Amino acid sequence: MAMIRPDALKKEYDVIVVGSGAAGGQTAYTLTMDGAKVLMLEAGRNYVPETETPMFHTPDQAPLRGTSTPDKEFGFYDSTVDGGWEMPGEPYSSASADPEQRFWWWRARMLGGRTNHWGRISLRNGPYDFKPHSRDGLGFDWPIDYGDVAPYYDKVEMLIGVYGDNDGMENTPNSSPGVLLPPPKARAGELLIRQRAKKLGVPVIAAHRAVLTQKLDHTRLPKLLHPGNERAQQILAQHMRDRAACFWATDCGRGCSIRATYQSTTVHLPPAMSTGNLDIVTQAMVREVELDKRGLASGVVFIDKASGQEHRAKARVIVLAASACESVRIMLNSKSTRFPQGLANSSGKLGKYLMDTVGSPVSGQIPMLENLPPQNEDGAGGIHVYSPWWLYKDAGKLGFARGYHIEMGSGRRMPSVGSMGSMASFAGGYGRKLKEDMRRYYGSFIGLSGRGEMIPNENSYCEIDPGGKDKWGIPTLRFHWKWSDHETRQAVHMQKTFAAIIAEMGGKVMGKPELDGRKAIAPGGFIIHEIGGAIMGSDPKTSVVNQWLQSWDVKNLFVTDGAPFPSNADKNPTLTIMALAWRSADYMLQAMKRREL
Amino acid sequence: MYELDRRTAIKWVLAASAALRLPSASFDALAAAPTAQGYGKDPNLMKAYAAGDLWPLTLTKEQRVTATALCDLIIPADDTSPAASSVGVVDFIDEWISAPYPEHAVDRKTVLDGLSQVETEAQRRFNTTFAKLSTQQMSTIADAIVTEPFFVRYRALTAGGFYTTPVGVRDLKYVGNVAMTTFEGPTQDVLKRLGLV
Repeated sequence: MAMIRPDALKKEYDVIVVGSGAAGGQTAYTLTMDGAKVLMLEAGRNYVPETETPMFHTPDQAPLRGTSTPDKEFGFYDSTVDGGWEMPGEPYSSASADPEQRFWWWRARMLGGRTNHWGRISLRNGPYDFKPHSRDGLGFDWPIDYGDVAPYYDKVEMLIGVYGDNDGMENTPNSSPGVLLPPPKARAGELLIRQRAKKLGVPVIAAHRAVLTQKLDHTRLPKLLHPGNERAQQILAQHMRDRAACFWATDCGRGCSIRATYQSTTVHLPPAMSTGNLDIVTQAMVREVELDKRGLASGVVFIDKASGQEHRAKARVIVLAASACESVRIMLNSKSTRFPQGLANSSGKLGKYLMDTVGSPVSGQIPMLENLPPQNEDGAGGIHVYSPWWLYKDAGKLGFARGYHIEMGSGRRMPSVGSMGSMASFAGGYGRKLKEDMRRYYGSFIGLSGRGEMIPNENSYCEIDPGGKDKWGIPTLRFHWKWSDHETRQAVHMQKTFAAIIAEMGGKVMGKPELDGRKAIAPGGFIIHEIGGAIMGSDPKTSVVNQWLQSWDVKNLFVTDGAPFPSNADKNPTLTIMALAWRSADYMLQAMKRREL
Repeated sequence: MYELDRRTAIKWVLAASAALRLPSASFDALAAAPTAQGYGKDPNLMKAYAAGDLWPLTLTKEQRVTATALCDLIIPADDTSPAASSVGVVDFIDEWISAPYPEHAVDRKTVLDGLSQVETEAQRRFNTTFAKLSTQQMSTIADAIVTEPFFVRYRALTAGGFYTTPVGVRDLKYVGNVAMTTFEGPTQDVLKRLGLV
């Protein structure tokens, strides 16, 4: 089994997995390592990090010095290809003309999806995060609790490799002993932030990120991850040996050719391929899931983008892992007499409760950081420290529910057109004096960025656009979006807090803190943590899937991406997506063995 | 944060950073942008590009002369590094204002109008072209427009272009982008200076 073209499809698979990112990668990994025959369908092209990653390329080698454009929204060297908020031939629409009610939908049409580019920040949901409604009456509880997911967090962290400390802080769970890799040392600016934020009661601890600060222990971990499965242990051990540790250079967003960070394409898919149990078809744009006479999912219909031809693939179990909104779109487009409102939508909840993360940043210039001796601060290609939410005790007193964490940046980073242009504007003037000022100010800026929880609401959802079709004739999504006061007030709290930290550092806020929450908050979809749309619950009337991410209506249909999340804790969703996908795949394996599927 | 960007951008976009994985392209630009004539969504990331490889350049010979003089007024040679134009900054600015993206079209007008304005001033005040003026004479013109949108933008592009070259990177003493076996964090010297020991 291997990368195949659509004409080489087998007659039937055990499982079809639609999507190849964190969810699809983890689902296919777990299934194939245990012997299931899996077909993975990816809408984008094949992508090979080992040969396509511009690791040490410098801005002067890139068009426009690598600055972001509408074609490459995170800069030329960002690993995302065929992705972004605006994709040719793949439109979506907004129900409202009001920019505040617009949702920005990021896609990454490539093998591995957005795991090639993501920030690698890997935070666990805590016990409170699974029971938010019980705590404050808002949103929904999950049908599972932290204890159900904890073993899977351990497994995912051991598999992908996550650095961090066990700080034992409230609702910020420790990992089991021997699971985490040591965190990198904090950079100078991060240490200064920590010292000063402490005076305001804001803790700063080691970040948790999926970057190998040392090589994974290939003798110990495979046995823990695949007990009793020697073949899986051998395959995994080999791939763990093949992954290098971080060499402390280049931004993780470019992807990693030495496989030192988690990408589905470097961590999940290679061992899954080695099992011989995985076929992958790329350029396969799935249109719908088909049902048989019994009302079970029988397979999927997809368009081969290379030829424009329609194909069908069949399996005992269908897994949608195409990213929250794309999975919802496929289900809404899978209409039948049994499900006129979209597949598995007897609850009417499909597409509902779309959420993103509350984001708001402040940056500052810190005189203490001027003129420091040159030092290499590239580090692990992302944050080394962060602040977990620290005001749980103040719940109910803040004017908004829930909380946020702080991601922070500082240091003598690789100069870019944007950073140097604004530094020149900050310095002012011109001539020799400008050059001296640039040397002085370089490395003296910090950035604080909040990442907070959004409460699901009735006004934020997606549906099929009655007039919209993409270039393959597949009906497109129309979005409805609205932040509530909980989110906008939280954004203001971020602004005030970050300004206070900068002041405590003796620095100057760049611009002014934005005290109008509607302006302070990043637009919906901009943090690219969209989840919800097929929420899980314990009641088929009010949820789309159960705790195993299994459709209530169609028992051999699963959704293992972010769509089943009934809440969106401030913790970045990727780690939880993987943990739940693993748990769901374990359930599928058991159910298939029992012939229930 | 330090990836601060541009006049028109929304505040949070201004504050966005590559490290925190936010885009620096302004919202309006994204909304209005067709992806047609650019390098597309799947360009070759591995090859090296030069100005003019992807789209035709704009500046005339005369405009280049003015652009060169202004770049070198903003970033002249000093004991540490050479002047901006000697490391290809004019080519970079030409590539930038010629790019087929909406935001670049705005800069194209700003820069071309500004260069023309500078020449008009040189003729009006000194009866010759800008490039033939002494540094002092150039400065009288620059001082008059130093807070104007053209000069602010041109300075940002000049600095952005200069400090992203190997020469500019060395000038700032950026010492990263090299593989290392360990990451040791800040030196004792740095910690002492920050009161962190």
